[in-house]
Amino acid sequence: MNQKFVYRQSVIIGIIVVIALIYVIQLFNLQIIDDSYKFSAINNSQRVETEYPARGLIFDRNNRLLVYNQAAYDLQIIPRQMSAFDTTELITILGISKENLIREIRKAKRYSRYKSSTIVSQITDDKYAMLQEKLYKYPGFFIQTRTLRKYNTNHSGDVYGYIGEVGQGDLKDPYYSAGDYIGINGLEKTYENVLRGTKGKRILLVDNYNRIKGSYKDGEEDEPAEVGENLYTTLDIDLQEYAYKLMQNKKGGIIAIEPSTGEILLKVSAPGYDPNLMVGLQRTANYRKLQQDTTLPLFDRTVMGIYSPGSIFKTVMALVGMEEKVITQHTMFECHGGSYFNRQFMKCHYHESPLALRAAIEHSCNPYFVNVYRRLLENPKYNGVRDAYDIWRNYVASFGFGKKVSFEFLNEGNGFLPSQDYFDKKLKTKNWFYTYIMSLAIGQGEFSATLLQMANLVAILANNGHYITPHIVRPTDAEHAEKIDTNYLNINNQYFGIIADAMEDAVKSGTAKSAHSDSIVICGKTGTIQNNSGPDHSAFFAFAPKENPKIAILVYVENGVWGSRYAAPIAGLIIEKYLLGDIPTKKRYLEKSMLQANLINPTNEKNATSENNLTEE
Amino acid sequence: MERQTKLIRNLDWFTIILYIVMVFLGWLNIYAAVYDENHNSIFDISQRYGKQMIWILFAFILGIVIILTDSKFFTTFSFVIYGIVMASLIAVIYAGLEVNGSRSWIRIAGFQIQPTEFSKFATALAVANLMSRHNFRIMRFKSVLQLGLIVGIPILLILLQNDTGSALVFCSFLLVFYREGMHGSILLLFFCTVLLFIFTLLYSPMTVLLMIILGTLGSFLYYRHSRQELFTVILALSATFLFGIFLNWLFDLKKEYSNILLYSYAVICVVSIYFIYKNKMKHIIMLLLASWLCICSTITVDYVFDRLQPHQQKRINNLLGIDSDITGAGYNVHQSKIAIGSGGFSGKGFLEGTQTKFNFVPEQSTDFIYCTIGEEWGFLGSTTVILLFVILMIRIIKLAERQRSAFSRIYGYCVAAIFFFHVAVNIGMTIGMAPVIGIPLPFFSYGGSSLWAFTILLFIFLRLDANRLQVFR
Repeated sequence: MNQKFVYRQSVIIGIIVVIALIYVIQLFNLQIIDDSYKFSAINNSQRVETEYPARGLIFDRNNRLLVYNQAAYDLQIIPRQMSAFDTTELITILGISKENLIREIRKAKRYSRYKSSTIVSQITDDKYAMLQEKLYKYPGFFIQTRTLRKYNTNHSGDVYGYIGEVGQGDLKDPYYSAGDYIGINGLEKTYENVLRGTKGKRILLVDNYNRIKGSYKDGEEDEPAEVGENLYTTLDIDLQEYAYKLMQNKKGGIIAIEPSTGEILLKVSAPGYDPNLMVGLQRTANYRKLQQDTTLPLFDRTVMGIYSPGSIFKTVMALVGMEEKVITQHTMFECHGGSYFNRQFMKCHYHESPLALRAAIEHSCNPYFVNVYRRLLENPKYNGVRDAYDIWRNYVASFGFGKKVSFEFLNEGNGFLPSQDYFDKKLKTKNWFYTYIMSLAIGQGEFSATLLQMANLVAILANNGHYITPHIVRPTDAEHAEKIDTNYLNINNQYFGIIADAMEDAVKSGTAKSAHSDSIVICGKTGTIQNNSGPDHSAFFAFAPKENPKIAILVYVENGVWGSRYAAPIAGLIIEKYLLGDIPTKKRYLEKSMLQANLINPTNEKNATSENNLTEE
Repeated sequence: MERQTKLIRNLDWFTIILYIVMVFLGWLNIYAAVYDENHNSIFDISQRYGKQMIWILFAFILGIVIILTDSKFFTTFSFVIYGIVMASLIAVIYAGLEVNGSRSWIRIAGFQIQPTEFSKFATALAVANLMSRHNFRIMRFKSVLQLGLIVGIPILLILLQNDTGSALVFCSFLLVFYREGMHGSILLLFFCTVLLFIFTLLYSPMTVLLMIILGTLGSFLYYRHSRQELFTVILALSATFLFGIFLNWLFDLKKEYSNILLYSYAVICVVSIYFIYKNKMKHIIMLLLASWLCICSTITVDYVFDRLQPHQQKRINNLLGIDSDITGAGYNVHQSKIAIGSGGFSGKGFLEGTQTKFNFVPEQSTDFIYCTIGEEWGFLGSTTVILLFVILMIRIIKLAERQRSAFSRIYGYCVAAIFFFHVAVNIGMTIGMAPVIGIPLPFFSYGGSSLWAFTILLFIFLRLDANRLQVFR
């Protein structure tokens, strides 16, 4: 029996060897050929955590903090790592309904089973503390710390803009992933790349319950987050705040520029909104309320609004007229409460007649400038009105009209400086006369501009013929600095002196007396803009002091009736506040009446201060 | 004194060294599997590697004690030992501690012991004793009944403990019976039924086809006893297969490799019919028919399985531990494959494994210890372990064959067969090639009982082998 079956040892050894070979083949397959297991292993045991950098802070020109950060906590899940858990406890901690939680989880699963999604965003500090302790019970859940914005002011939302979760379009940029925050408006958007910093990542090793066991390769491949750069704006926040107060219950805008640098000292769009409304869970609700507000608080009137410049444009007419030698400062025209131009009447108010250029600016005489325009357009130097119009148009464009003057306001409008083609089409003839477009001479009609362009004009006047690209952030690098140009106008500087004198007169004794200051020589010009749908608009611009101007300001008050009624006094107060640091007691009554004026709801002026009843987070 | 030096000279030191190497490697991997930076002293009793160190020391002592025991003790008292262990199995059913749903632990003097592990060597002793008797004939009904009783009792008792995996280990005795004269077809039948069923569901058609062809070739060698013929056939098949791949590439046929192999095999079979008729090889024609029957049945199994209801499929898959549901029943196998697969060629290095260390793989220091090996030592390490076991088993078989005593030989085959079953099933389940039945990998898995039981199993045989020149019985 023994000997007979000896050969069977080979069969048994054969079986052993065959099985061993099959296993070795399978091992070869698993460990060498098939890469999917290596990938699964990485997925299993590594969790890449994004480290969000703190967003850059925003300061005013005196290094006062305007915008800073606040920690917020998002509860996120990776659906693949989830397992059954006690929903009751979780919803109690979070304070949300079970249906809500289930819906969010389902949504996350649809998005990706492997990538993290936010389930509840912006958990409060106390909930966060509670959740942190219990988190181990919920595999797949973890908390992502984020930074939210916090604002030191309850105004100027239009300047700062706000941040929110990225939209589908933003996700094309590989920097962003779903749920990230991005600047949506204002400086937050313009300087997104500067403020956002650089995201870091931490590769963590996690076990099967998603518990962190340490860092991968001792953090060798981690990348630290780089904090975003701070923005140093040129705004004077005190002045900004004061301007906001003066503009309360009024619609309109104020821009002040430091003429020598092009730095924007203040930029007010009224009514504005509290930027803190755009933070936190109430953002969407607040946004909707603001959007439905008929006073359009979300509409940045300073750069998006398109207004007729009105009489302040007469300064441009005077300068172009002198440069083109069609008038001198001594040229006189007659006006008796208005004049006829080819049977069209141009209205004016009563003043002495005839008057020269300086008095015409001081008293804002309409027919004077229509005469100037007539001489410009009928200049025999040029081949007809249309050619002459182009010459005039080029001059006007050199003042910054008809195109964006800055690069920082993403929704800045161009204004409208019509071309001759435009009039060809509109008038349905190529043989048009100055009378057809004479309202342009007094800054009305088809021509329109943004408030920033008007403020830039007064900076040009202050600078005697050049301007520096208006900007609101001080450049920190060469690339940024290159965008700020000095633009020289093709107009002799000496003419600017004449305009300045006339504007000084306007404040001393002319239309703009309400802007007068005892201690500062202010050069200003009012504008009253015809409005077909309500009271006329009130405009005023000025620079001060006359010698070596420190501030050039434009105030535009919608439905302010006369330039001298609201715009001029407000500008005067702001100039004094800026240059003197305080308002002289003599002008307190004026300040008070400006603060109290309510042009939005003139009937119930008493409830004026309860402007916003929005909930703030 | 003379007797002692003789004993030392007659001991098979090769196997002993192999044993020590494997136990040491096992400990290293347990250390890696439960490694924790906070507890890194190797003698930390609170950790598994610390405890395993103690189990290893005990095992060495046990080994020495066995070597020093007279070999007649084991032959004479084999049934007594068997009886004691069976009694302890019964005791466990009533007084055992329940762990993981099976009641297989007993507490003796502060130690938790698993009598199941010891039932293997005890049964091996009893089987060797019975089968080496002069009046034992494996084809005789009475003998088969006696044998069935001896093997059946522990199977039944272990099944009562709810430990199906350990009960299945006793199937390995079929190999021993085969060596001692059981008809080969019984073994073949057993193998074929089990393997064909499992393999068809578990593996790709290519693998199954390869296994059928390998099986046929093996049987071919068995019937013909001619290596030359075998090599000719293998050569012809390989050439046809390569030619098929070449044609596939040339004409861009986009056929699956398994199909090409199937066609090549068909071609070879047709061609070989000529030789079969010429040489009048009846067995071979039966063999070819059998192989085609297998191929057809695998296709049928696949076909039927695909048409089963999803929940029925799932039940079968779960039974086999196929990773269809990677969060449920298939979780272990899936994670285990990930761990092993991520090891690559040379592994992540000692203590560098991430899958096993962070508890993705369950039972990582016991039943799934092979994952740690696969992950940290890669293809090199895992094949080395397989190679070590193959060497050990072949060595034991060779030692068994040189015994003059039938008892020693049969016992030796029992040892080899038990090792084989454990290794094949344990490694097989970690790489997704065998159903998940929780049995340990000898010398590698954590656990005192299993280490001691395997040590006793092996060292009794080494002791018998050391006495091979004196004993004739």
